Amino acid sequence: MGAQIRVYRQKIASTSSMKKIFKAMELIATSRVGKARSRAQAASPYAEAITRAVSAVASQDDVEHVLTEKVANPQRAAVVIMASDRGLAGAYSTNVLKRSESLLARLKQDNIEARPYLYGRKAQAFYDFRNRDYEQVWTGQTDAPSVVRAREIGQTLVDQFVEPYESGGVDEIYLVFTEFKSMVTQEPVVKRLLPLSVVESEEGAGAEPMPLYDFEPSAEEVLDALLPKYIESRIFSAMLEASASELAARQKAMKSAADNADELIRKYTLLRNNARQAEITQELTELIAGADALASS
Amino acid sequence: MATLDVQVVATDHAVWSGEAKSLTGRTIEGDIGILPGHTPVLALLAEGELVIEPVEGGTVKAHVKGGFFSVDSDKITVVADEADVSE
Repeated sequence: MGAQIRVYRQKIASTSSMKKIFKAMELIATSRVGKARSRAQAASPYAEAITRAVSAVASQDDVEHVLTEKVANPQRAAVVIMASDRGLAGAYSTNVLKRSESLLARLKQDNIEARPYLYGRKAQAFYDFRNRDYEQVWTGQTDAPSVVRAREIGQTLVDQFVEPYESGGVDEIYLVFTEFKSMVTQEPVVKRLLPLSVVESEEGAGAEPMPLYDFEPSAEEVLDALLPKYIESRIFSAMLEASASELAARQKAMKSAADNADELIRKYTLLRNNARQAEITQELTELIAGADALASS
Repeated sequence: MATLDVQVVATDHAVWSGEAKSLTGRTIEGDIGILPGHTPVLALLAEGELVIEPVEGGTVKAHVKGGFFSVDSDKITVVADEADVSE
């Protein structure tokens, strides 16, 4: 008879211990998301300055450089896909992978060969499970990205880009990552890093025209030095945004998991009380029936 | 008198910003001094000292490594890979 109650008791106990884990993970994510956001903010002056400089150099037509030239018919593209290392972040990795799939489909339609570069264990697992090839993978620090890693990825990509198509280089570089809009919305986006879509015209048409700079030592050398840094900084800010998004998604997922655990505990407690009441009623009925039987005999 | 609006940033943080009377830095072709009214310049930095003279007086010295700086209508942006300020 006591079996039913015991089952419910066990369920309540296990659910509440899970709830504790969810709560703890939520708290950890909350504390880290703040840090990730402030890191993203701290890196933004650099990113802005370098973007401005690159647009200024690239908008001067008399400069000829590999990195500002347009390839008429792009045939091969590198696609960097930024997912997370660990799960328990709701649909975070799934969303960004889905976005990358639609980009790959579009590239395929345009007859562009895509080369995936993966970032994060979840992306790797996604490709491994489907037996798909990828060019290179970086894992291990999606929730706390480092400048060194960004430099490494940037270097790999720029090397690929500078290489001509015939000897295996790429013509375009895309970045798929999750943009941090707010604590509740994170959106997977695709950004093309190269060729430069010159002038980030976010300031609108009212912005001042780019100044005509004198270059020291020469425009070519400045571009040579600037572009890897620009790519690096774009990748680094994408990594920071992605980490903030990952943590925010994890916090949200853990919050709803803890809420669901609460709900379950309430339900099981009710069922447990019901079962206990039923048991008592049963016992009483048996007693009374027994007494009646004795009295009538 | 016109002043320079200086901003020094490193890869992952802003290092220093403020109004200055002059700025001296080392490019890969040699030292360069900037006073208000300088023509727009975009130059690559070599490793070395960056000396800023703030309007309030005194000097701010920073050791910078790699990067570039741009001058554009009295607005200077120094973008360094690494930068350490020593007042």
